[in-house]
Amino acid sequence: MVQLTLPKNSTMRTGKAWPKPEGAKNVRKFQIYRWNPDDGKNPQVDTYFVDMDTCGPMVLDALIKIKSEIDPTLTFRRSCREGICGSCAMNIDGINTLACIYGMDEVKGDVKIYPLPHMPVIKDLIPDLTHFYAQHASIMPWLETKTNRPAKEWRQSIEDREKLDGLYECVMCASCSTACPSYWWNGDRYLGPAALLHAYRWIIDSRDEATGERLDELEDPFKLYRCHTIMNCAKTCPKGLNPAKAIAEIKKMMVERVV
Amino acid sequence: MAFLTDRKRADGMGSAKTGTEHFWHMQISSVALLILVPLFIFTFGSILGAPYDEVVAYFARPFPAIICALTLIVGLVHFRNGAQVLIEDYVHGLARKICIIAVICLSYGALATGLFALIRLAL
Repeated sequence: MVQLTLPKNSTMRTGKAWPKPEGAKNVRKFQIYRWNPDDGKNPQVDTYFVDMDTCGPMVLDALIKIKSEIDPTLTFRRSCREGICGSCAMNIDGINTLACIYGMDEVKGDVKIYPLPHMPVIKDLIPDLTHFYAQHASIMPWLETKTNRPAKEWRQSIEDREKLDGLYECVMCASCSTACPSYWWNGDRYLGPAALLHAYRWIIDSRDEATGERLDELEDPFKLYRCHTIMNCAKTCPKGLNPAKAIAEIKKMMVERVV
Repeated sequence: MAFLTDRKRADGMGSAKTGTEHFWHMQISSVALLILVPLFIFTFGSILGAPYDEVVAYFARPFPAIICALTLIVGLVHFRNGAQVLIEDYVHGLARKICIIAVICLSYGALATGLFALIRLAL
């Protein structure tokens, strides 16, 4: 049965409140989820105060500033800091997004930062995405061909290439899948919006010759049909993509094969 | 705890190669109900609260009886399919299978009872 309450060792506690920076006039309050697997304590929310006059505009800028100047134990993933690598996906102000492209001016009041929801936490803001990546690998995210390799490239018309727009831009940040209630309840079997968007990206690719096999693999009450078009995925995607539409297109193709 | 690779966990038992038929039937019954429910409300509502003899005479007419029968059949088949999806979403393990069997019994039981009552009225 779906678990609606947190187990005892996961309930949140109020954590440490770090002192305000001295002499700062423009201070912003941050409430950040902290959990360390090594200390045996429950998760807690620590409070930090950041001098906004000496901080960049994005949430990631503030996190880096906190780590550099206030608390070096704060742990989070980050790399490109421009919305390409997908590393810094986290729940900011109740929305799954990328900290590097989410401006602090978009948040009203205190900035509340949690790890991506409903995933096992490795430490602080770092979720365990092992299963998510394995699900992505399971949809064969590469070009499958049966025809002998052409002398030059696999050719594709401009119109067919345009069909991949809105799909290839996905950076696998997991914001969509972790915002999906169906993925929360059945994430072990449901592939989730991100993997299904990638599946559709290869199904619709005019050069791919494994369309039937790909659809066969997805035809499952859990892998595909757990999507109930809730649309949280499209609402939260930091790249402005629409995984729900891609899933609906897969369903349409499935029906096309039967009727 | 089992020492399974990440890929083994993700692949599970593979694709069931089913699901589209269930999805397609839900779409069809949704559209059918979109037409049937207003007709049912219109026909059933107009006779609600009338004397017994009048109701019997009303359901002896083909149009209200057929609309009522179709609404019962399509509605309860739609309920059965929808409730199965709901159970698959929120209930796991053996309880899932038991709940699905229970909801199938409930829907077909309600359907049979409704049709029996309608036939008694109509014939």
